Amino acid sequence: MRRKVTELPETDHVETGEEAPDFTRPLVTDEYWEDVALSDLLEDGPVLLVFHPMDGAFPTTYVYNELKDRSIFDGPAQVVGITISTPYDHAKTIEERGIEAIRGLYADPKNGVAAEYGVTHDLDGMAGIEEPRLALFLVEEDGTIAFDWVAEAWPQFPDYDALEDALADL
Amino acid sequence: MTQAIPEEPASVDADLTLYRLHGCPFCERVVTTLDDLDVDYHSRFIEAMHSERDLIERIAGSREVPVIVDHNTGVAMGESSRIVKYLYNTYRGDR
Repeated sequence: MRRKVTELPETDHVETGEEAPDFTRPLVTDEYWEDVALSDLLEDGPVLLVFHPMDGAFPTTYVYNELKDRSIFDGPAQVVGITISTPYDHAKTIEERGIEAIRGLYADPKNGVAAEYGVTHDLDGMAGIEEPRLALFLVEEDGTIAFDWVAEAWPQFPDYDALEDALADL
Repeated sequence: MTQAIPEEPASVDADLTLYRLHGCPFCERVVTTLDDLDVDYHSRFIEAMHSERDLIERIAGSREVPVIVDHNTGVAMGESSRIVKYLYNTYRGDR
């Protein structure tokens, strides 16, 4: 029997061809965290922005495992995750998932960046908490979005093959 | 360990970088001094675990916080009393 997943409400999210909204949040690496703007990262090259559920959720684990298995962290884009989890959670996640090769994980406890990108997920059964829905935005150096994928169901996993094609086209 | 010290983000044009620990009173003392002297600084929050503080050891030769790196003078130093003294000597009267 096929299990039915929950459809997420339609959302007016930023799309391929549009400019990625700039933001600044603490970016966590395995050694420290500091405020970093998306535009700072773009100075060094393209960025793959990965919105995901809070750290510790199994879909988050699956996504990082898949990105690691496909060697996306070693590819042409700097990979950054973003969710509502704190810097301490992020440091633990980097260690537990063995993803030291990632550029970093942004901590955005108020979920404001997800709101800006139109990719929020109102959690059922958790008062006062929302998180991002799974979403990928590949941002070129000039800030233009070259590829986007936004979850329409909960849970639903990214189209990794399409992502790899977009990375190859950079 | 020969890893380089990562550069500050491109948009940061602060006078110095402060390596600090979230909730460390000695670090807050340095922050108060920086604010008093109106010195612009960029914060890097480091690992709480002493054994994992390789980054500041590479910078200042010790795993203690706080540590400052002054981009105007090239000075890198730890120990809050020394830092406070240094900041007053370097920036008092300068602004």
